[in-house]
Amino acid sequence: MNLIKLSWKYLVFRPFSTGLNVILLALGLAIIIVLLLMQEQLEKKMNEDAAGIDLVVGAKGSPLQLILSSVYHIDFPTGNIDLEEARNLSRNRLVKNTIPLALGDNYQGFRIVGTNLDYLELYQAEFENGKSWSKAFQVVLGAEVAEKLGLKEGDEFMGSHGISEGSHDHEANYYHVSGVLKPKGNVVDRLILTSIESVWLTHEEDEESEEMEKSISSEITLNGLPQSEEPKEITTLLVQYRNPMAAIQLPRLVNSRTNMQAASPSFEMSRLFELLGVGISMLKGLAFVLIGISGLGIFIALYNSLKDRKYDLAILRAIGASRFQLVLLIFMEGFILTFLGAIIGILIGHSFLALIISQNQTGVMVSLQPWIFLKSELWVVAYAFVVGVLASVIPAFTAYQTSIAKQLTKA
Amino acid sequence: MLLGTKDLTFTYPGQRTIRFENIQLEEGESLLILGKSGSGKTTLLNLLSGLSSPETGEIKINGQDISKLSGQKLDLFRGQNIGIVFQKPHLLAPLSVMDNLRMANFFSKKKNEKLKQILIDLGLSEKVNSSILTLSEGEGQRVSIARALANEPKLILADEPTSSLDDENAEKVIQVLKEQAKKIGAALIIVTHDQRVKNHIQKFIEVKSS
Repeated sequence: MNLIKLSWKYLVFRPFSTGLNVILLALGLAIIIVLLLMQEQLEKKMNEDAAGIDLVVGAKGSPLQLILSSVYHIDFPTGNIDLEEARNLSRNRLVKNTIPLALGDNYQGFRIVGTNLDYLELYQAEFENGKSWSKAFQVVLGAEVAEKLGLKEGDEFMGSHGISEGSHDHEANYYHVSGVLKPKGNVVDRLILTSIESVWLTHEEDEESEEMEKSISSEITLNGLPQSEEPKEITTLLVQYRNPMAAIQLPRLVNSRTNMQAASPSFEMSRLFELLGVGISMLKGLAFVLIGISGLGIFIALYNSLKDRKYDLAILRAIGASRFQLVLLIFMEGFILTFLGAIIGILIGHSFLALIISQNQTGVMVSLQPWIFLKSELWVVAYAFVVGVLASVIPAFTAYQTSIAKQLTKA
Repeated sequence: MLLGTKDLTFTYPGQRTIRFENIQLEEGESLLILGKSGSGKTTLLNLLSGLSSPETGEIKINGQDISKLSGQKLDLFRGQNIGIVFQKPHLLAPLSVMDNLRMANFFSKKKNEKLKQILIDLGLSEKVNSSILTLSEGEGQRVSIARALANEPKLILADEPTSSLDDENAEKVIQVLKEQAKKIGAALIIVTHDQRVKNHIQKFIEVKSS
């Protein structure tokens, strides 16, 4: 027998009140933890995915949409830009390097991205097996694509038009998997990468039937912008600045002098988080209110139970317990309540995130890790403990003040 | 001498001062404290157990002047040396019978291997691990006696232990108190106005509010 066991016995002696308080506290904590996990991981992922991309140049439209579609591959592209115009920009002295992207097709919801090998280098992609594409219609699969679709090196599949699932198939062309990438936890994991020419050819053949000779098209560009005699289009151009000066001049140049628009990933993302911020802080507020209420609940539960327990406390004093031990007993009950709430809250939070992730097949959420434990969760637990202590202060003081003689002779 | 009091007085706010007779008690002796309701019997008991402190006078238990002890030391001294049986059992309902006894051991920092034997002696062998809520009134009172004995105290104080019991249970309780006090060599003081108790113990003092 000790104080912890005694507190525990008192708690389980009134299971409903204890259960309610623990659940209230756990829910509040769970919401905070889900928010923390998502915020931390999304922000980290967003930054990782955008690393090395200073500017995205694409068709005019919403700059946020442009960033979301061509850096994170979650929104639809704004449109296409002229290859020649893109080439002119890439020759600008402020531009260090450019990577072209051609979007437009998908396979079972995973986007087929036409690009060059620089893109693989940008994300430091490594091959699990196979190698990068060397001919038209060869593709490299992101780790997640390969896993979810069960495709491996040497397999073939047919792409569908459009960047989301359920559009019509491009019947003539089979893509050949030339390699599969190692999982990196970034955007590349859920992409199907190929050469720009593969994407072009798919659509040309669609439009112009099959009179084009395949021999012409089998040459593809591995680095830099593709060459073409006819006017061609790409979707976006990822740009790296040569120097800090470019950050000031280049966007202005693109936006005012060309038919294209330029958007900076870091700027657009911080704008997005600002927009989402209102919702997040409201949820956070709600969570803190929940925790506050559960604190109040703990207080009321302890206080009420003390009324019934004044005799018990007096008895404890009569059999040798000191005032201090009674105070400890009450605090211990508050502690155990908050401790349980914290543990259950953390479990609920992580499980809930795991559930959300398992419900999403292709979105950004998929790459989140539900079972990563953050340092800030410790702060949440600490906060819960503070609530527990605060809720126990007044009841503990009452326990301290209980006069045994009066209590015992009252009956 | 196990217990000795000298010139004890106590005053409730706004009331007349109560003066208590001096008490001298040896090990194994029993004493009744008699008196009308409201005469201050329970007050005397509270003084003896250190639950409240006298206005004047001194109380020596086993050589220790308890008015010189304070706070935690007094609580511990009480736990270790005085066993108290109250009018009502006042057991800790969330705990089992055995755990109620162990609790007494825990707070007074004593170890007693004979807890089970005490329960058996008190006719509670079937109830060792029962919940307090399943006990009858008489059983409850016997458990509270067992708890008072759990720390093998030098002094057992009982406040109207039989007042809510029927004849049979009252008889049992008095017998058990006397036997057990003798067994561990403790002095026994019973506050009562119950005739059934008076038949068993001859030595008494009377408390009068004068």
